[in-house]
Amino acid sequence: MSGFEGSYPYAAGYYDDGDRPRIVTDRFQFEDSFTLDRYLATDGYEGLKAALAKAPSEVHDEVRGATVLGRGGAGFPAGVKWGLMPDDVYPRYLVVNGDESEPGTYKDRLLMERDPHQLIEGCLIAAYAVGLSQVFLYIRGEMALAQERVATALNDAYAAGYIGKNILDSDFSVDIVLHWGAGAYVVGEETALIESLEGNRGEPRLKPPFFPAAIGLYGKPTIVNNVETLSNMPWILRNGAAAFAAIGTETSPGTRMVAVSGHVRRPGVYEIVNGATTFRDLLFGEEFCGGMRDGHELKAFVPGGGSAPWFLPDQLDLPFESRPVGAAGSMLGSGAVMVMDETTDIPLAALSLVRFYAHESCGQCTPCREGSTWLERILRRVVDGVGTRRDLEMLFQAGGTICPGEFPHAASERLGIEAVPFPFKMTTICFVGPSCYTAIHSALTLFPDEFEARVAGNTDAGVSIPVTLTTAPVGGGA
Amino acid sequence: MARLSETHLITAREIIGRYPRPKSALIPLLHLAQEQDGYVTNDAMEHLAELVGVTPAEVYGTATFYEMFKFHPVGRYVVNICGTLSCALLGAEELIEHAEERLGIRAGGTTADGAITLERAECQAACTEAPCLQVNYRHRFRVTTEQLDELLDDLTAGNLADEIPDHGVVARIRQTIPAGRWVRPVPPEQAGGRPAWFGAPDAADDETGADA
Repeated sequence: MSGFEGSYPYAAGYYDDGDRPRIVTDRFQFEDSFTLDRYLATDGYEGLKAALAKAPSEVHDEVRGATVLGRGGAGFPAGVKWGLMPDDVYPRYLVVNGDESEPGTYKDRLLMERDPHQLIEGCLIAAYAVGLSQVFLYIRGEMALAQERVATALNDAYAAGYIGKNILDSDFSVDIVLHWGAGAYVVGEETALIESLEGNRGEPRLKPPFFPAAIGLYGKPTIVNNVETLSNMPWILRNGAAAFAAIGTETSPGTRMVAVSGHVRRPGVYEIVNGATTFRDLLFGEEFCGGMRDGHELKAFVPGGGSAPWFLPDQLDLPFESRPVGAAGSMLGSGAVMVMDETTDIPLAALSLVRFYAHESCGQCTPCREGSTWLERILRRVVDGVGTRRDLEMLFQAGGTICPGEFPHAASERLGIEAVPFPFKMTTICFVGPSCYTAIHSALTLFPDEFEARVAGNTDAGVSIPVTLTTAPVGGGA
Repeated sequence: MARLSETHLITAREIIGRYPRPKSALIPLLHLAQEQDGYVTNDAMEHLAELVGVTPAEVYGTATFYEMFKFHPVGRYVVNICGTLSCALLGAEELIEHAEERLGIRAGGTTADGAITLERAECQAACTEAPCLQVNYRHRFRVTTEQLDELLDDLTAGNLADEIPDHGVVARIRQTIPAGRWVRPVPPEQAGGRPAWFGAPDAADDETGADA
């Protein structure tokens, strides 16, 4: 029976038409892109060879010169991150963040399934550049195929002399250990990832003092890099920082992978040139999503994963670049656009996201643990048609407890409101707190009429506090 | 209820040996226990505690944080239907309701024959292929109700045994590090942990000091 991910093209949704530069997805055109043979036939491990021909510091300089902004969400330049480790404190570790689980996002999964050697080569280049003793490649637990593909690639690369002792007959020696999770969104946060890798509950650490570069895995200097970030390294070492910087804009060079999902004609993952592509290009361009599904109109879109404030058609002409998107009240996050057409029930859409965060809150910080579950219950009441105006006020109040002050949102010409730029004030250790509230805040602010309609005619009198959590019990018996 | 078998014990020791500290192996070992019994038993957790040198309570503390670990028997196939935004926009709720009706259970429950546990899941990183689901963590994309019916029938009849391993097995391929190429883990306590190949300390100080 076909239809499972193993059959080609299971990377359905990835489109390689259109004349654009490809840095990390170039091998996706081949059915056997994940094999060592294909990798070696397409410049595989040439970046590593180029690196080994240089001094480690020169490799670091090359990466710093390329300004690869971290592709995991925070957008911090990788070369700078590598340089933040304290002098002469060893051992130093690399933890690869492959715990991709931000709603709307999938690029790391494709990179691990379709081109695992590229990621491995990126890890080796990082290890060589800054003197890392060991690499841990942490893959999300639910990604069975990615785990199998990366395990095979590691086994082949070890056998062929690309990993382990005396790599390519040089002095350079490093192990890459495959590690995998067991289902927890918050573990994508870098300090939670480290906790999880130490065998603990995946609860984020306080920063400061636990900046991983200084105090990371086992209290030692640790680099945490996203899969896509590291997958750029082989190309940079093969072609040079200057060639990389020539693509995209000065402040965000290179390309990035973006998943566009929802009500578009051709939802897919696209490698786009940074800064040169607008949301309008992405949603309506023929080489990308080709417009809304037949006969429908754009209502709203989420520009950067489930944690990002929503945009309206008003913001379509913004380029896909962090700064302008931040000024307009949202963030690019992890490269995920979710598109809603006019048929979308906005309160229900917001509920699907708040349920996610209520489910995934790790429970460490009170505002997030309590706030997320109450936001879910109150919004559920409104969606079910038994909410009141007071519930809408309570949603704002509860959100304000998680994030005091003005919360970022987009401008709307129709409503006559101005944008509130990113970021937000936080009362929690990590971003899951504010993220619980984002969808509700955007939905209430940009589509107040849909909520008013839901509560119209309901009065506070006689409303009890009742509320059934709809989140299913985990692994319950029959 | 069982401790790890002899074969699994060998694998467990191999996994532990790859980490600078044994406790780091805990999540992979919990997967191993779940692979053996279909869920994580108390005996297995006690065994893992002995292996990595922590208390059983610490093992339990870690294990209960993670969604994938089950502490009582579940179906041979765990069917996770995604309900987060992109899937919700394209019919996930209808799919979940349809599955509940077809199987006669609510999300979270297991069919009487023990074949299928149905769960509502959160984002599965296949958003452009909505609505999507996973069977024992193997994706199916753009699922219609007809395809769902066919899938559930096949699972119940055991027709997909070659394609999908029983619950507990995630990756069927393990990492193996050849002894001759293994560098071995570097314990964090190790004094002078600077890799030998990374140049002399003085030279490297100049390199990394400049950008700190």
